[in-house]
Amino acid sequence: MSRLDSPRYTFVFAAVMCVVCAALVSVAAVSLAPRQKANARLYMEKNVLVAAGLVKPGQDVSLADVERVFQADITVRLVDFATGRLLPADGANARDYDQRAARADPAASREAPANDAGIKRIASKGIVYFVKKGGQVDQVVISVEGLGMWGTIYGFLALDKDAVTVRGITYYDHRETPGLGGEIGNPAWQAMWKGRKGYDDRGNARITVIKGQAGAPETDPLSVDGLSGATITSNAVTRLMRFWLSESGYGRFLTRFREKKEVL
Amino acid sequence: MEHYLNIAIRSIFLENMALAFFLGMCSFLACSKKVETAFGLGIAVVFVQALTVPLNNLILNGLLKEGALAWATPALAGADLTFLSFILFIGTIAAATQVVEMSVEKFAPALYNTLGVFLPLIAVNCVIMGGSLFMQERDYTLAESAVFGVGSGTGFLVAIVAMAAVREKLSYSNPPAGLRGLGLTFVTAGLISIAFMMFSGIQL
Amino acid sequence: MSAVTPSAFGKRERAALLDPILTNNPIGVQVLGICSALAVTTRIDKALVMGAGVILVTMLANLAVSLVRNHTPGSIRIIVQLSIIASLVIVFDQILKATLYELSLELSVFVGLIITNCIVMGRAEGYAMQNPPLASLMDGLGNGLGYALVLFLVALLRELFGAGKVFGFVVLPLAKNGGWYVPNGLMLLAPSGLLIIAGLIWLLRTLKPELQEKD
Repeated sequence: MSRLDSPRYTFVFAAVMCVVCAALVSVAAVSLAPRQKANARLYMEKNVLVAAGLVKPGQDVSLADVERVFQADITVRLVDFATGRLLPADGANARDYDQRAARADPAASREAPANDAGIKRIASKGIVYFVKKGGQVDQVVISVEGLGMWGTIYGFLALDKDAVTVRGITYYDHRETPGLGGEIGNPAWQAMWKGRKGYDDRGNARITVIKGQAGAPETDPLSVDGLSGATITSNAVTRLMRFWLSESGYGRFLTRFREKKEVL
Repeated sequence: MEHYLNIAIRSIFLENMALAFFLGMCSFLACSKKVETAFGLGIAVVFVQALTVPLNNLILNGLLKEGALAWATPALAGADLTFLSFILFIGTIAAATQVVEMSVEKFAPALYNTLGVFLPLIAVNCVIMGGSLFMQERDYTLAESAVFGVGSGTGFLVAIVAMAAVREKLSYSNPPAGLRGLGLTFVTAGLISIAFMMFSGIQL
Repeated sequence: MSAVTPSAFGKRERAALLDPILTNNPIGVQVLGICSALAVTTRIDKALVMGAGVILVTMLANLAVSLVRNHTPGSIRIIVQLSIIASLVIVFDQILKATLYELSLELSVFVGLIITNCIVMGRAEGYAMQNPPLASLMDGLGNGLGYALVLFLVALLRELFGAGKVFGFVVLPLAKNGGWYVPNGLMLLAPSGLLIIAGLIWLLRTLKPELQEKD
């Protein structure tokens, strides 16, 4: 066994092992990278469609399906949070925009204004998906996030063309307690948001997840049923929704959109 | 400051490595028969965790992330090597435990006698690897990962010492034959885990 | 496996494959690899994907370690095993991200933690270092299957009683969705995994009294 224990052999063996392992890992990583990237985008865009009600939750959709809907009915643009203005269209780039990555990049983000939603930094630009019907803008989908009980909750909010009425929401990434706060991922609860109003008559973001049951959207438009046993998560959802609807988030843009100052 | 305190509290109590994520269960079960051994292992975990999480953070942000290699040559700016993170993390951990073991043996023989046997074990302890992976997933900064490393290690220490204390008392009990030993240990761990859930929702 | 002739697939290989599934189950008897076993068992699909990962990694790691066992210097054998395992896990993680993206998000760090799963390391060091490749491959498959079996059982109980579903299909209609079943929320939380494993061990040791621990 002396051959195996000589330092020279040990080094040579280690080097060969490293090369073999490195080759294996690199081939896998490089060859699969494009599919992973496509998957990551598909996942986000599928959730946009779920929020907008174009895809049912849990429905299996392929890359091609999503691509078709996006080509036909959806325009993706970026908005400058500071001014509330849409940035000039350069089609493909907006779809590739990663708001989460931008938030972590000091050059593309800034410190968030004081808020109770646990948001420390926000990206300077926000993504907006315009969902069209018969060529006319029908819904606006915005991206929302905020601190829940266990971690950050990420979601999309779809508003009607009046930029007040909620058409749908999804929370696609969260760490809330399964069975309690985790119910924010439940399609039945998400459906209760439909028809509620993000703003009161004076334009303040007042939508609230209350304790107990809310009335019908027509009579009680500013409240949503609370999640029993999940007060912290319910409050977190209220706060993050209000933050992104307020002037700190998409508020300026939504106001301009409502006043027809921002058009496609 | 408050932010760091929050990370520490969360990692010790709320997101306890052993009791909320079940990491390090093998040593959690095997080394919790006596409080003394449990304490030794716990301290060793805190030690290695405090060292490896920030170290891996430096590796991740300085070598692997997209654009991290831009300082070497601009041609490498687009290289995203994060797929290598697992192998580099485990390498760092194995090397760190080795270095810690050797230096403790050299400079603090008394400590080595109590701690030494656990150090090689720690290389394959999920708490250590898990700490680094959570650091990557949650995008901690260097300072945050230092706090998180110490916090999550301390969380494991608290959990395993509590477990050992209960087990020492349990040896006087008379459970059904099938539950004796391992089975009862699992039940105990489950109950401690439920007890730790009362910390949930604490935020500073 | 059609290339395997009966003479090559002898008693040793069969024992290596079958023993760990029940009589020498890695989780229930050897108490290895529990770390990841509990956190991923809230849903069956998650548990199965995790089980598949461990099966693949233990099999291939055992095979690779066994193939180079007579050429590996003793002083660096642990790190050699670790790099083989880590490479395999990375490949599995990359494949998972490319095919089952949503599941890979939910499994998050636990795929990476297969590296430190005691079963993989334990079998590589304890079995593959001493045995020929085919037997090692079977041993890896057997241990992986034993692990996946326990994961599946735990996940089945947790998903059924915690969410009223099996494989995501509603079996017990939940009261809040208009059915009759009020789910046991504890089942979805971390501690229930430990309690269920305790129950499984109790069951196993009642059936096989020779496994019981003496004081």
